[in-house]
Amino acid sequence: SPVMEELLHLHDHALMVVFLISTLVLYIMLAMISTKLTNKFILDSQEIEIIWTVLPAVILILIALPSLRILYLMDEINDPHLTIKAVGHQWYWSYEYTDYEDLGFDTYMIPTQDLAPGQFRLLEADHRMVVPVESPLRVLVTAEDVLHSWAVPALGVKMDAVPGRLNQTAFITFRPGIFYGQCSEICGAN
Amino acid sequence: MVTSVSRHPLRLCSPSDVRTQREGLQRNICGKDIQQLKMPDHIDEKLKNYRTAPFDARFPNTNQTRNCFQNYLDFHRCNKALSAKDQDTAPCMWYQRVYKSLCPMSWVQKWDEQVEAGSFPGKI
Repeated sequence: SPVMEELLHLHDHALMVVFLISTLVLYIMLAMISTKLTNKFILDSQEIEIIWTVLPAVILILIALPSLRILYLMDEINDPHLTIKAVGHQWYWSYEYTDYEDLGFDTYMIPTQDLAPGQFRLLEADHRMVVPVESPLRVLVTAEDVLHSWAVPALGVKMDAVPGRLNQTAFITFRPGIFYGQCSEICGAN
Repeated sequence: MVTSVSRHPLRLCSPSDVRTQREGLQRNICGKDIQQLKMPDHIDEKLKNYRTAPFDARFPNTNQTRNCFQNYLDFHRCNKALSAKDQDTAPCMWYQRVYKSLCPMSWVQKWDEQVEAGSFPGKI
């Protein structure tokens, strides 16, 4: 989904900064260890202190600006075409499509011993939640018993399911396909 | 939900338009009850073109619990108010569509049972 793509770009950008800084620090460490020169007369050096104060501040701003941009992008109001309710139970999900008729169904994870060849372990389910492509969607997540969390990493969506509370999240997909997710909150005895 | 009234503002009022102020109903200049003037034409169109619950600026954040509960309350209050005046309850169907879209079926079922039993915690 577009939000997930933006998140990926931010992650790549931040990781590049991290790699650069780590490489610089590692180089300096190796250079300090492997030199035979010693310096006994350094008292102060204002220039380098200015540089190593200002440069990290600039780097932090360069990381913060795209991050804030995505934060507000994720919070944008969209006018959804469809509302789906995802209700968490121990230990399955049920989905409700009630915009036009009262349609609801339960969906269980397919146990490992019942998987067909080519299917993914711990990810496949017997009834999938079907959504239209290129339509803004609203998903309302709640739980019937304990805390759960509805997450689909490929769409950049994760929302906690709290009993008695209805949490809203929104997304839009531009590619047809199957997107997998797992409950992201510990919800059982083991 | 204000519908424009297709009457000339200087139309003379008929004697049957005059009512006492004590009834406390909203009046236009001819003393007609404004509730009667809100024709369900727009609401029929809105219901026919209904896709899903639209964005509600009163509830802009992640927590939509109150949105669902408020629409449930509004539906029952609307029904009660319009039935008391012997008017068509078609405009209330909007609230019903919205709460059906937003509220989990188990919540709606529980609240319906509470309303029937008289133990519903909200004020209707």
